[in-house]
Amino acid sequence: MDLTAPTGATLEAVEAMQGVIRESRSVALVGTGTHSGVGGDVRADREVRGPAASIRHDPADLTVTVSAGTEVGALDAELAIHGQECALDPSDPGATVGGALACGLSGHRRLRHGPIRDRVLEVRFLTGDGRLVKGGGPTVKNVSGYDLPRLLVGSLGTLGVIVQATLRCTPRSSVSQWSTGTADPFAVRSSMFRPSCVAWDGTQVWCLLEGHQDDVMTQRDGAGLAPSEAPPWPIGGWRGRIAVRPASLRDLGPALAGVTGLRWIAEVGVGTVHAAADAPEPIEAARALAHDHGGWLLREEGIGVDPFGRPLPNVALMRRLKDALDPEHKLNPGRLPL
Amino acid sequence: MTGSVNALVRDLQRVVGEEHARAQPLELALYSRDAGLALGAAVAVCFPASIEELAGAVRVTRRHGRAFVTRGSGTGLAGGATPIGDPVVIVTTRMNRILEVDAEDRVAWVEPGVLNLDLSRAVAPMALHYAPDPSSQAACSIGGNVGTNAGGPHCLAYGVTSAHVLALDAVLGDGSIARLGALEPDAPGYDLRGVFVGSEGTMGVAGRIAVRLTPNPPALRTLLIDFASVDDAAQTVSGIISAGIVPAALEMMDAEITRAVEKFVGAGYPTDAAAVLIVELDGLPAGVDADADAAARVARDRGARSVRVAADAAERELIWKGRKSAFGAIAQINSDYYLHDTVVPRTRLPDVLAGVYRIAAEFDLTMMNVFHAGDGNLHPLISFNAREPGVLERVKAAGDAILQLCVDAGGVLSGEHGIGMEKREAMPLIYSRDDLDVQARVRDAFDPEGRANPDKILPAGSRCGDLQRVPEGAWI
Repeated sequence: MDLTAPTGATLEAVEAMQGVIRESRSVALVGTGTHSGVGGDVRADREVRGPAASIRHDPADLTVTVSAGTEVGALDAELAIHGQECALDPSDPGATVGGALACGLSGHRRLRHGPIRDRVLEVRFLTGDGRLVKGGGPTVKNVSGYDLPRLLVGSLGTLGVIVQATLRCTPRSSVSQWSTGTADPFAVRSSMFRPSCVAWDGTQVWCLLEGHQDDVMTQRDGAGLAPSEAPPWPIGGWRGRIAVRPASLRDLGPALAGVTGLRWIAEVGVGTVHAAADAPEPIEAARALAHDHGGWLLREEGIGVDPFGRPLPNVALMRRLKDALDPEHKLNPGRLPL
Repeated sequence: MTGSVNALVRDLQRVVGEEHARAQPLELALYSRDAGLALGAAVAVCFPASIEELAGAVRVTRRHGRAFVTRGSGTGLAGGATPIGDPVVIVTTRMNRILEVDAEDRVAWVEPGVLNLDLSRAVAPMALHYAPDPSSQAACSIGGNVGTNAGGPHCLAYGVTSAHVLALDAVLGDGSIARLGALEPDAPGYDLRGVFVGSEGTMGVAGRIAVRLTPNPPALRTLLIDFASVDDAAQTVSGIISAGIVPAALEMMDAEITRAVEKFVGAGYPTDAAAVLIVELDGLPAGVDADADAAARVARDRGARSVRVAADAAERELIWKGRKSAFGAIAQINSDYYLHDTVVPRTRLPDVLAGVYRIAAEFDLTMMNVFHAGDGNLHPLISFNAREPGVLERVKAAGDAILQLCVDAGGVLSGEHGIGMEKREAMPLIYSRDDLDVQARVRDAFDPEGRANPDKILPAGSRCGDLQRVPEGAWI
């Protein structure tokens, strides 16, 4: 029995999307536009949008099946009714579920909750020739066939149009609290058990702890931190995300501190740095440092900055996958350099 | 075109050394199957000692127009390592080095032949472990775990193998080596790592694997809960999850298997119980205490007769030893067993379990259940004596009936063993023609010549326009 097959309005929307894909030479996938600067710029004849909000939460199974057009904030509110959550954590909760999955950018609680790709149990997507395909399954564990959900997450809409996903939920922690101080962020991270986030701007450290009240307090006090607001994630007209091996942050942090006009906060233990500026140059300088440390800077926003900064690995293999799922290269042309 | 076997073996020997490529009948028979029921036939067996030798061996098989099947410890239960189509079997047991451990980034690079438990033992002094823990963890290899995307009791909270593999160096079908995944988060491009994990050797071979290491939890509470009915135990599983508790592990054993295990290891299991649950909570002390109390309360509310909390590490290990010895213990009952592996939404467990027992009665078979209840991952175990005439057919028919039961309940074909040969023909139960066609295209993108473990996972005719063909020499 196919418990998660799209029905009703979702199915009608999917059928309309299939029509657009079949009759167009190229289509751009559009959500709420919160992450439209991720990847290369798309040039396409037509646009398709994911099916409008539809949420089927199965609290006792800790799973939720959600249409791609559902905003993450709306999903979060629905799951909260039953004391659950799905830590997609996009930088803007107005992002759609489909967009968040297609971008594949993990949120700030990755240290505890793992990358966004691990949240996905099943995807329903449209191939470049308009076929509706299921990958994975609705159960929390599944090795039946190839793991297409992993392949679709982060593919920037170039392999298929995600129309619906079944996600793994977790119980919402009774306490979720930020704290801050000036302790060594690396010592903070290694002294704690499963912190949700250890953020660092080069001088100040912020820590998000989730769990039982007593455990949160004990860990917080042990690290010498005091309760606080969330860190001021950097904003600006030019934004990028650095990805390096976590230990490289020790050296990369001081180097970034020397870039004039750059605002940044790193996720210690993860290897992500959120960087922002009011002009492209500081982002380019940060990118050069990221490359020096063996990593990447991916553009999240801003014109005049290359989306990736250097050639992608495994291009031949990725191109074969693209040919396999989207033979006419209709979907999001320009998003990935393939 | 396939050339002579002698020339093939000679070329393989040039890569891996004379004593490490062979084609003697005894050896070929030894590698003609894994721990599943499917039987095949290899043309040669070779044992590379490094990724370079592994890639060299793959290139030799290609030059000779042969397919290759990779095999770790051979503990797979779905026939994923069964050689079909006269391939070379490449065994990774000599590739057993832990290459690098980075305690700060909590990553280890390992070769595929490293045994699962050996890795956890090696990093124990750093208070780390490798979280996926299949019951066969003392024997199974990390490479094999990657092939099947293996699970284990503690995957309930920690996730299956895929969540613990950061990157791997894959030897593809043409003998080239590609780094899939990365140690940096959010590297751009497709998650090739993600689709490779669980591909059962059909996309190539992982020659080096970077796995995530997990810090040992500061607090641990292991509960053994005793029930007078299977249904009460199954309801407790749903109740615990519904109460907002995700234990590190939540395992169930029914009466027959509990008695067999108790006789085998003497773990102090209640031999008059209809079912027992092993519930393990881990994390920080206050949270663990609160969750352990809450789980015990849920169990008592649903009729648990007793809740035993392991007093120390020794008692905890004994409880787990019982659980992990289950498949050894059943040898006391009968000479052979068939271990099934399906998953249903966890809320359907009570109904589906009742259905499994009905099927056992209907086919007059001894059926035991020992499984990852928290994940809804069932492992009905059929115990039989293969010499009894007609029993294999009955076992197979009962297995099919269980599969259908689970699919009807919204479940899937396999939770952790894989599809291999065993469940290939069942794939259309849950996937449409288009679903299977796309899976076949993805597989072909990795291995355009179709030489990596051919004829596994996907049934014949999966590619739209495929001719119906059945591999020779295979039977289950």
